[in-house]
Amino acid sequence: MGQTLAEKVWDAHVVRRAEGEPDLLYIDLHLVHEVTSPQAFDGLRLAGRPVRRPDLTLATEDHNTPTLDIDKPIADLTSRTQIETLRRNCQEFGVRLHSLGDAEQGIVHVVGPQLGLTQPGLTVVCGDSHTSTHGAFGALAFGIGTSEVEHVLATQTLPLRPFKTMAINVEGTLKPGVTAKDIILAVIAKIGTGGGQGYVLEYRGEAVRALSMEARMTICNMSIEAGARAGMIAPDDTTFAYIDGRPHAPQGKEWDAALEYWRTLYTDDDAVFDAQVTIDADALEPFVTWGTNPGQGLPLSASVPDPDSFADESEKAAARRALEYMALEAGTPLRDIAVDTVFIGSCTNGRIEDLRAAAAVVKGRKKADTVRVLVVPGSARVRLQAEEEGLDEVFTAFGAEWRHAGCSMCLGMNPDQLAPGERSASTSNRNFEGRQGKGGRTHLVSPLVAAATSVRGTLSSPADLEPAS
Amino acid sequence: MEKFIRHTGVGVPLRRSNVDTDQIIPAVYLKRVTRTGFEDGLFAAWRGDETFVLNNPAFAAGSVLVAGPDFGTGSSREHAVWALKDYGFKAVLSSRFADIFRGNSGKQGLLTGELSQDDVELIWKALENAPGTEVSVDLDQRVVTCGDIVAQLQVDDYTRWRLMEGLDDIGLTLRHPDAIDDFEAARPSHKPRTLV
Repeated sequence: MGQTLAEKVWDAHVVRRAEGEPDLLYIDLHLVHEVTSPQAFDGLRLAGRPVRRPDLTLATEDHNTPTLDIDKPIADLTSRTQIETLRRNCQEFGVRLHSLGDAEQGIVHVVGPQLGLTQPGLTVVCGDSHTSTHGAFGALAFGIGTSEVEHVLATQTLPLRPFKTMAINVEGTLKPGVTAKDIILAVIAKIGTGGGQGYVLEYRGEAVRALSMEARMTICNMSIEAGARAGMIAPDDTTFAYIDGRPHAPQGKEWDAALEYWRTLYTDDDAVFDAQVTIDADALEPFVTWGTNPGQGLPLSASVPDPDSFADESEKAAARRALEYMALEAGTPLRDIAVDTVFIGSCTNGRIEDLRAAAAVVKGRKKADTVRVLVVPGSARVRLQAEEEGLDEVFTAFGAEWRHAGCSMCLGMNPDQLAPGERSASTSNRNFEGRQGKGGRTHLVSPLVAAATSVRGTLSSPADLEPAS
Repeated sequence: MEKFIRHTGVGVPLRRSNVDTDQIIPAVYLKRVTRTGFEDGLFAAWRGDETFVLNNPAFAAGSVLVAGPDFGTGSSREHAVWALKDYGFKAVLSSRFADIFRGNSGKQGLLTGELSQDDVELIWKALENAPGTEVSVDLDQRVVTCGDIVAQLQVDDYTRWRLMEGLDDIGLTLRHPDAIDDFEAARPSHKPRTLV
């Protein structure tokens, strides 16, 4: 019997297999950031262990970093301590670090692909659940906890239990204005936040093949929101063209050898998935979340659901709680929901293509007076590229704030936060209670919906806008 | 790592599904560089609500958390496990756990035991009817008892063995240095390196 893509990559990394024990897997690339690493480095120091492979390890500063005044010392003392601790640890253990102010600094999941370090067939880990992003290249990539970070630093391996495989078939063609973000929000709404638990998801089908690398990363990024540790897409010419010429892409004969291997990375025709889900791309519309987990989403044309309409008792209770937290009434059209803040950025939607898409919507327009708009590139390199293309001027003329790179308002860890009771339309990945700041209310949306919402002040898609003047 | 064989302590009913790790400990508490003292961040947003279960003095000294399905979803932060442990929890029981959270727990000696949702409901009722009731978790026998409720505890053999022996993963892996050396020697040269 044939193998799935995930099984091929897994099998190519087994260091040791023994009956009744997890497989010991080799890790090709370990990405590190300031939040989940200090205790791991401390553990190494206590045990007198070195980092086994600093040449397979890369660190960036992203979660705590401010997106304004980055040339000044970080005002928050504990954030500053955490960043300084990472700098000391990287120096001591010989790990390459891209610090605030460096052209390669940025969100770890934007930086890896941009440098060409993320490649097909690799195992990639990071102490961050959105490591699933790198699966867009046909890598097996997943988030780990701090104990596992220490384990990888010390041994370059991880003991792991085999997973099941789930095919997510996205058939057909997306309508204009419908994006990768809408696909993944629809997938999560369909299978639920626990639907992918124990699985690696493989996104397949015509609509997925047609997507750019950036859009594929958006989809794989949110696999974790469906409970799956990893999501993958088989590499193809789109993937190879993206990697070619990047700083860490293989060169010459190495490129040929790599390409030959990469072309073997697909699910065999006779391979069997443990589960299958099919999504009709033609029927998809822009999707937004109304609740407090990423599975609580609906097409923008729908209304806030009545909790009693859910069959399952625990879903009913969760919906009731969510509406209370979100201060929403059942039956309100989603398009009537007014927001205070629009956030465009994050490892989900902070890449150049996302900024281009948002800029194309807001060009020649003015933002709604009632809305503050933050545009935060996913990396310093994305910011530079956007500025070369003049996108920064489009955003500032529109009335948006053009910020420096980082995780920013995706999580309440740096100065960019919602105030209690404030409501956002956000291109990030989590609408959990308090995720964007204590008491903040989040609606997850695509960059196109975020841009249109910032024009009208209520949840909107570009189709709702009058032609720009 | 401390061994876990059996534990008896006050059970805390957390009647919520999809408790994500942002709820277990919000991001603002993640800025520390130490491994202890995270108990103040545990369920921080909910602890402001006086009706929250841990604000009931009868539950405040709880050490066995009984939660709804899909506990520990979202962020990979191991701080969620540290916060639960630092507060005094020894075991979390639920009908379904998020993968990363469960993995993190196992590495810190916090038992994540799966029960059927029916058993969770029975235990919730028992704990709510008599706050302060103790729950016994016997990993050796794979049984949870609460009053006259006897529930089957599901936990895989390997995790159970590691918890009962209190074994550290890195130590276990480093018993096989040759396997890692051999694998590295055979890695293709086209794989990327961060240092050149």
